[in-house]
Amino acid sequence: MLTIATGNKAVAAAVKAARPGVIAAYPITPQTEIVEQIADYVTDGDLESRYIPVESEHSAMAACIGASAGGVRTFTATSSHGLLYMHEMVHWAAGARLPIVMANVNRALGPGWNTWAEHTDAFSQRDTGWLQVFVGTVQEAYDATLMAFKIAENERVLLPVMVNQDGFALSHIMQSLETVEIGDFLPPFHLPHAIDTENPCGYGPMTGPADYFRFRWDIERSMRDARGVIADVEREFAERFGRTYGPTEDYRCEDADVVVVAVGTLGKEAEMAIDRLRDEGVKAGSMRLRWFRPFPDLDLSGRDVVVIDRDYSFGFGGVVAHSIRSKTGIEPYSVIAGLGGQEVTYNDIADFVRNRRPGEETWFGVSDHV
Amino acid sequence: MYEIRIHSRGGQGGVTAAKLLALAAFRDGKHATACPFYGAERRGAPVVSFVRIDDQPIKVYSQIHEPDLVIVLDTSIMDVVDVLQGLKDGGTVFLNSAHALEECNGTCCRHVDLTGIALAQDLVVAGSPILNTPVLGALAKMGIVTLPSVEQAIQEMFADERNVKAAKAAYEELKV
Amino acid sequence: MSGNRIAKLSLQLMTIIEERSVNNLSAIPKEEYLYKCTSACAGCSSSLCLRYVLKAAGPDSVLVVPACCTSVIQGMYPGTAMNVPVYNIAFAAAAACASGMSDAFATLGRETNVIVYAGDGGTVDIGIQALSGAFERGTNFLYICYDNEAYGNTGMQRSGSTPLGARTTTTPGGKPTAKKDLDRIVEAHNPPYMATACSAYPLDLYKKVKKALSIEGPKFIHILAPCPPGWRYPTEKTVEMGKLAVKTAQWILYEREFGKLTINGPSKAAMKKPAPLEDYIKSQGRFKNLSPEIFDLMRQQVEQNIQRLSREEAGVC
Repeated sequence: MLTIATGNKAVAAAVKAARPGVIAAYPITPQTEIVEQIADYVTDGDLESRYIPVESEHSAMAACIGASAGGVRTFTATSSHGLLYMHEMVHWAAGARLPIVMANVNRALGPGWNTWAEHTDAFSQRDTGWLQVFVGTVQEAYDATLMAFKIAENERVLLPVMVNQDGFALSHIMQSLETVEIGDFLPPFHLPHAIDTENPCGYGPMTGPADYFRFRWDIERSMRDARGVIADVEREFAERFGRTYGPTEDYRCEDADVVVVAVGTLGKEAEMAIDRLRDEGVKAGSMRLRWFRPFPDLDLSGRDVVVIDRDYSFGFGGVVAHSIRSKTGIEPYSVIAGLGGQEVTYNDIADFVRNRRPGEETWFGVSDHV
Repeated sequence: MYEIRIHSRGGQGGVTAAKLLALAAFRDGKHATACPFYGAERRGAPVVSFVRIDDQPIKVYSQIHEPDLVIVLDTSIMDVVDVLQGLKDGGTVFLNSAHALEECNGTCCRHVDLTGIALAQDLVVAGSPILNTPVLGALAKMGIVTLPSVEQAIQEMFADERNVKAAKAAYEELKV
Repeated sequence: MSGNRIAKLSLQLMTIIEERSVNNLSAIPKEEYLYKCTSACAGCSSSLCLRYVLKAAGPDSVLVVPACCTSVIQGMYPGTAMNVPVYNIAFAAAAACASGMSDAFATLGRETNVIVYAGDGGTVDIGIQALSGAFERGTNFLYICYDNEAYGNTGMQRSGSTPLGARTTTTPGGKPTAKKDLDRIVEAHNPPYMATACSAYPLDLYKKVKKALSIEGPKFIHILAPCPPGWRYPTEKTVEMGKLAVKTAQWILYEREFGKLTINGPSKAAMKKPAPLEDYIKSQGRFKNLSPEIFDLMRQQVEQNIQRLSREEAGVC
């Protein structure tokens, strides 16, 4: 069905199609619309899930862990402080190898209170063992959420997946959305290590260094396998539903001398900047980073790279810029922009390219005027 | 790409008007996005919403700084906000008012008393007249969306038929 | 609520059957769910309680365990001393984890018992938010707090449940404030069933677990579990210590079913004529050098508890 919807409503629609057994979530701006929409679905009988209105995000993830281990498909949604409040359980979910899917609506962290888009919340969870994907359109929020269940539940993965979208910039804007009949795209939920009282086991007891170390390696092995599983699922999705996704979304990169790398809506806005630059005769392209964990292999050799980070690791640098530097050996021009919802237009992005200084870092609107 | 900025006060329906307009444009077969600019949600505070309509998919997420059309649902905002800021040359301003702007300075200015239309239809929620459905009728008359799509969009979002009546009344009332 | 009525009827029936059949320890099932390979301390009353809890619950049960002594008691991977699934979860998260698990089982049409077995720290301190949330939501599970009145498996630091005057590693001069009244906090959630128990009265505990698991909704059992290394008494005195707690009315055994309070067996007599509190205090190293003023406050607290519960049982509130 073709309609228009917000990013939040798109996630809720995908959750409805995926039919989780248990949804446990706590409201937080700008994610609240997801929880409200799911509560409506459940109340109206459109979704036969059990919705647990938990008293905190820590409990939301704990309830998802209990439910997933109990043997049902599980979903939650959060943002910003909510994500950080559940941080302990975010680690636990991955360590317990539970295929929980979580929508995270990226938002800045206080103080001061700021409900607008920033990616620091999600990036601060990068070492938890969760797969992380960032979307750039309402349609992609829907598609990526559906695919997240299939990827997470694959027995070669069995790790949780976080589907990120920009707070307000995507969560609250209306764009066209085509919902699909998922058919058997998502098989019935099967967790090989679900709790079975006929076969009693200890889950997560005291574990010595040798076994613990092996369990950590198992997580990384699955994270490596996940690359192939993601590609398979995205290929199947394209065959069934006609929309193609990959680890990055590349725009006019083939012959580009300079490539803009950005995440989320800034990555889409960058495409507008690329068109402007091409009109001026600048051979520019853009690469919107979709998968952050597992981090993809990127081919950027021989080009200038401009990275826009809507995040920051204090005392170090932009998280994406440094990831690209360590992955490719390229010294990018690192632009820190859009923190706390700072307005960044395609004209600004075109300026980043025109004024690029590879190897340097700029804070847009602050340090570039010094 | 046609870019519209809507000025209203929290609770007057500016955000819903943006969503309705995007939906109507979408039903016309166009690409459309509606982006409310959210701050803290405060009833009565000035708010802006943005709508973009194009034949191509829309990749812009930033705010609209140079609109083709400015809609003002509450003219009292003009005391505190420069609603014409950035308006393109040859752009249009639409006011919810019985009167046109005193000084248009070459800007195309249109107006309909949406509040009067809402009150005539008894479209009042929690003491506030509903402006987001009648304004769609006025926009249809201005040729931004078609009247059948406006009707369809309103019916998709609201059950109350008076909303369609109000939109049609505004359509009739606007002089072009 | 027909569900409540059915639960009440089955409760009455249960009670009759129980009183006829389980009136001595020999009537408790022989099946063991906590094996002898447990890594509990010598004289551990918490593991004793766990043994009876699981005998009452039976094999179709899952134990949800936050960080507490039971994290150790269950044994180390890849072994386990438990013959039911044990789901270990972070310190603050037991009740919330059980919420999700209970709903998952309901979704799957399974009637598996979901039982949280948590220490006092994980209950009255770091876990109280999740506990309160799960009870407010009406989660169908049994929450058991085994209370050894301090953070036991980390070497006896004070918890909110540590009594006035008790020495712990973080209250070397004795705890200056009173024990948090967990039961009145739980009571404020109006659960269909809540009870206190003590490791020295396993039959009473067994019956209470049986009864709790026959009722739909959130159930709560608070067990006083004396701890030899923490309370500083000889290991062989664990049962005696529990009995002293009850006989001095320092700990009162009761159950509250759908809001109705019943004082149980040994506590009836203890409340009428409590044994001298000194007997309980002087046999524990943690109360060494207790000042007469603190001792007096403790005695007053015992008296207040007796009066409050007597009034409630008599319907004079």
